Amino acid sequence: MTRDLAVHAEGLVRTFGDVRALDGIDLTVERGQVVGLLGPNGAGKTTTVRILSTLLAPTAGRATVAGFDVVKQADEVRRSIGLTGQYAAIDEYLTGRENLRMFGGLYHLSPKYVKERSEELLDWFDLSDAADRPAKTYSGGMRRRLDLAASLVAQPSILFLDEPTTGLDPRSRLGLWDVINNLVAQGTTVLLTTQYLEEADQLAQDIVVIDQGRVIAHGTSEELKDQIGGDRIEIHVTDSSRIDDAVRAVRSVSTGEPLVEDSRVSAPVTGGSTVLVAAIRALDADGIEVSDLVLRRPTLDDVFMSLTGHAAEEATTATPPKKGRRGRGSK
Amino acid sequence: MATLSMGKPQMMRRPLLGWTIHDGLVVARRNLIQTVRIPEMLFFSLVQPVIFVLLFAYVFGGAIPIPGDAGADAYRNYLMPGIFGQTVAFAAAASTVGLAEDMHKGIIDRFRALPMSPPAVLVGRTLADAVRQILVLAVLSITGFIVGWRISNGLLPAIGAYALLLLFAYTVAWIGSWIGLHMPNPETANTAGLAWLFPLTFLSNAFVPISSMPTWLQAFAAYNPVSTVVLASRELFGNPTGIQPDYWPLQHASLYTLISCAVLIAIFATLAVRKYTRTTSR
Repeated sequence: MTRDLAVHAEGLVRTFGDVRALDGIDLTVERGQVVGLLGPNGAGKTTTVRILSTLLAPTAGRATVAGFDVVKQADEVRRSIGLTGQYAAIDEYLTGRENLRMFGGLYHLSPKYVKERSEELLDWFDLSDAADRPAKTYSGGMRRRLDLAASLVAQPSILFLDEPTTGLDPRSRLGLWDVINNLVAQGTTVLLTTQYLEEADQLAQDIVVIDQGRVIAHGTSEELKDQIGGDRIEIHVTDSSRIDDAVRAVRSVSTGEPLVEDSRVSAPVTGGSTVLVAAIRALDADGIEVSDLVLRRPTLDDVFMSLTGHAAEEATTATPPKKGRRGRGSK
Repeated sequence: MATLSMGKPQMMRRPLLGWTIHDGLVVARRNLIQTVRIPEMLFFSLVQPVIFVLLFAYVFGGAIPIPGDAGADAYRNYLMPGIFGQTVAFAAAASTVGLAEDMHKGIIDRFRALPMSPPAVLVGRTLADAVRQILVLAVLSITGFIVGWRISNGLLPAIGAYALLLLFAYTVAWIGSWIGLHMPNPETANTAGLAWLFPLTFLSNAFVPISSMPTWLQAFAAYNPVSTVVLASRELFGNPTGIQPDYWPLQHASLYTLISCAVLIAIFATLAVRKYTRTTSR
């Protein structure tokens, strides 16, 4: 049963002294799926990934990855996974190529295969020109790409990405999203953690929201948004004297009473973009001119706010981020 | 974006010990490449022992008498194996700092998430740190020749002395590795990695004869493997040894060195590998 699942965790608990970092996490990731583990700093995201990637033993509970027990069959798990942590875990003094070959060798792959695979990855990650430079000279985005390339040397079927874009500039972040989406399109199972709601929304089909070591919500991004109420339609009429006609038109497609504010009419709706089309038709039939018409979805920020009672950012400042970890790597 | 080839590559099969050696060599190679890429570090690790040679040979040399031998040359010949012993002992500090940095940067996490042989990271670390000592010993030997040190017992025993010194370097590298795995950050490792090495190397016959020490200290110095590796080197190089107090290790310096290295490696390799498999980076 669990063999068909990429990740299956039941009741994972992990304590560090008196701190209960994980307080019974259940998690299921099907093969080929992308699951986002979303939560503020200190929620237990990294601890979960560390247990699933065999770096940390759970205090209680059990988990299988690729059908293998993370404690009893750690070596089999390690052969099936790739891991990219929060900080680029590459050797700064080795060149990009040397890094990939070293990790390939440590995966016990044949030297011939490692050689070919390294070239392929360097090319794919757009690092060929920098392949013979020590990784020390790489930009933050290049380091992350090399780090991700290193976890792909053995073509793992399951990829763990722990905050893959933390600390990257927006351009590098978009580039990395592209890469991740490509890997997913090719069938890789991905479990990624993020504290960026936008990132979970962009990359993951399934989102697991955790807070204080517990799963507090689970579903697709759409489902989570529906939990706090559906979409709202918003129109701005060009001629405010026709506002009553506009309200009538909106009422014909909305599920609740429209609200009027100056030249703006808004109302809750269900049905997504088909509602938008219906609204345009109704307005057009009456000859009402609009300057703006939008269907606004609640964002994951709204979701997080309603689930935890605090914004993701707020929680971040409550638990100060670890300092000094990157050392000279951040230069 | 082009498609990346997917599909399971064949992982090679080999007995566990074979993998430990293979993976250990891969990691050792990585550590030695680092040495080449940071020449400043190697340079300064050479400067300190060279300064010690010059200081002891010209500043303290005349004030430290070697029982049974006379003259400034006698002390220089006595001194050099002592410097060798002290310098290779300090290889341990490199292991401590190196591992602390690897943990700090998170690369240990990646190693631990690979299906590689668990002791290999430490095998590679200690191997590279010992291999680096070959260059250090070469530079020191040349400095020694310049100040008047001579090998006067033939080539084979001299090779034996160098081999013994490298074995000792490998041994202390394991102790240093074990310490390194307990370090919260590289800064602490820098201090802690050196702290125990000063008493260890100075409470030995590296610079002064054991017979010149108070009796209670003589026992410690006599059983200190630094003393026996230095004494064995003096014997093998044909350098003056001074007069040894009556302790078994001093009567069987080479044998005692071999035994203590084997015992220390067995203990600290076990402890370090156990710590490594349980450790988590910070």
